[in-house]
This record gives sequence, C-alpha cells and structure tokens, in this order.
Amino acid sequence: MNDPLREDQWATWMRAAISGDAGAYRLFLQAVTPHLRAMARRRGPLFGASASDAEDVVQEVLLAIHLKRGSWDQSRPIGPWISVIVRNKMIDALRRRGRHVDVPIEDVIDTLEADSPPDGLQQRDVERLLSQLKDQQRDIVRSISVEGGSVRETATRLSMTEGAVRVALHRALKALAALYRSDPE
Amino acid sequence: MKTDDLITALAQDAPVRWPLGRAVAAAMAGGAVVAGVIFFAGIGVRPDVMQAVETIRYLFKFVVTLALAVTATGLILHLARPGVPLGAWRWALLAAPVLLIVSVALEMMAMPMSSWGTRWIGTNAPWCLTLIPLMALGPLALMLWALRQGAPRRPGLAGAVAGLVASGIAATFYAAHCPDDSPFFVATWYTLATGIVVLIGTLAGRRWLRW
Repeated sequence: MNDPLREDQWATWMRAAISGDAGAYRLFLQAVTPHLRAMARRRGPLFGASASDAEDVVQEVLLAIHLKRGSWDQSRPIGPWISVIVRNKMIDALRRRGRHVDVPIEDVIDTLEADSPPDGLQQRDVERLLSQLKDQQRDIVRSISVEGGSVRETATRLSMTEGAVRVALHRALKALAALYRSDPE
Repeated sequence: MKTDDLITALAQDAPVRWPLGRAVAAAMAGGAVVAGVIFFAGIGVRPDVMQAVETIRYLFKFVVTLALAVTATGLILHLARPGVPLGAWRWALLAAPVLLIVSVALEMMAMPMSSWGTRWIGTNAPWCLTLIPLMALGPLALMLWALRQGAPRRPGLAGAVAGLVASGIAATFYAAHCPDDSPFFVATWYTLATGIVVLIGTLAGRRWLRW
C-alpha cells in the first residue's frame, strides 16, 4: 500500500465533496470505511465493547467525519485531520459501549481494511436512534439511504422542494449525531 | 441500517456551506457590526476624542484590545482544527498581557505615586465592567456558532478563547468611549471585564461545543 498516494486521493475526493460533489464524497466515505471497521474490530475488545458493537461504532465515526468535515484546512494534508477526528470519536464511542479507557488508537491511513459484516449482524444503534427523529426527517433519511433515492426523487415523492429536502437531510444527520452523544445505552 | 446505506445518505449532504475559516471570518465581521451598533446607538465616542487621539495613553488602549482580538482569533482557528499543531499561537496570546504589564511599569515610572490611586480607580469602572461584557455577547454568540463548524478537542478551552476574541472586539469599541486612559485602569478593569466574558465563554463552550 502506498500511503502518500492514498492520502492524496482522499484529499482530492474530500475537496470535491466540500464543494458539492456527491459522487466524490461517496468514494471518499467508501474508501475510509474499511479502515474504520478494522480499527473498531481490533480495538473494541480492548475497551470491553462487544464485537457486534464494531459496526455501530463505524457508523458513529462516519457521522462525526461528516459533520466536522468543514474543520479540515484544505491546504493541509488530510491524514492528520482524519486521524484526530477518528481517534477522538472512536475512543468516545467505544468507551460508551465498553468499560476501559486509554487504549492507543493507530492512524487511520495506516490501518488495513476490513470487509463489511455479514447481513445477519446488522446495526441496531442507527435504527433505534432514527426512530427518535421527527417523522419527516426519518422519512427523508430512509428514502435516500435504504431506498437509494436521489434528493430529487425524494423531493418529488414527498412533494417538497429539493432545497427543503437538503436542509431536512442535513438537520436529520445533525440530530442523529446529537442523539448518539446523549445516548445512555 | 447498513453502513452502505448511511454512506448513501451522507453523500447526498456533500457540500459544506460554512467551512471553519469562512465561519470565523463571518463571526468576526458580524460581531464587530453587532457591537458597533450597540456602541454608536448607546454610548458613542467620547466628546474630547480629537484631543485624545493625540495622546499615547488613549491610542495604546487600542493596541492592547486589538492585539487580544487578533491573537485570540489566530489561536481559535488552530484549536478548532484537528491535527493542526498550535505552534507559536499558544504564546501569541501573551501579547496583550505583556503589553499591559510593560505599560503599567512605564506608568509607575512616569507618574508620582500620589496620583496612582485616582488613575487606578478612574471614573468609569462600573461602566467598563458592564458595557464590555454587554457588547461582547453578540460577538461571543457568533464566535461560538463559528466554532460549532469546527471540531475543538477541548470545548471549554475553545469557548474561553472565543470569550477573549469577543472581549477584544467589545473592548476596542469601549476604549473609544471611556475617558480613563491610564494603564492602571486598563490593566485592572478591562481585565476583569474580559474575565467575565471568558467565564461565560467557557461555560457556553462546554455546553455547545461538544461533538
């Protein structure tokens, strides 16, 4: 694996994403996720979190990357930024689910990738937290994620403007992150 | 929900309207406008301003307050960006206190001890303690909003530095109004007023800047 190249590629995708390129952003998130998964699976047991928590942790970290991407200075390398975000959030998320603290977490970019979990082992957290969102926000997240619809299709289906769907989606994702933070579990 | 589905949803929310740098710049500008409106509508510059601008004590107040606003803003941009070393910005924050200490020392050498008391107490201390925090509230709220676009590792600390930025803006306006120019006065009452704003900023940061 050539890490400097990978880092450049991630940075390019993220720059495009910040200026509105959904396709590039998707590639970025898909590239980062296997690394997060490997970290969560390896570190989870050290925190006393169960293996089935790993995918929930991955989703929570993805949400943090998403909501904080505006804090990356585009003139700097993306590696240190993403490592700090992931380290903070993953320790946070694992700690909440486990019992131990102070486990070292390695750099995202240097971590090997891990495959997605089998279908039987799906995530409960997002599902449970989604149910606490406002009806419209939940419909929009479901429509776009599970049914794979675009913002435009979703807008048509719910008879809303595209702008309103975008705003509602953004608010829903923020609300999800807040629910994670306050989730006692 | 599968992780792939979540990624699909996140991808549809790709653009960032307020990157941290832009948010902080907007908060500075907006904060200056909000504080400025209160200043010009409520108190205004002092009547003898034409003579005052020819005195070094009057002008020096702005050196201190602007130094505080600038250094605190530089530090905040670094505190709210993960993976960026603080570097020299940590020490830059000392600029305003060092300027104050040096000016107090010079004032002690220049002025007879019998005049220290009146210069220290001044005539406007209660206004200083009220108006600086009051004019700082708008800039502080805007700066906290800007910091929510960032990812500060220590929310309380980031809130405190936001309080310093807001105090720097508010005190710059207040200094144009206040008739007390002695460094004794500035070092005491401006610092106390700033402390009030920093305390509010710390508490607000702990509450609203967690992520």
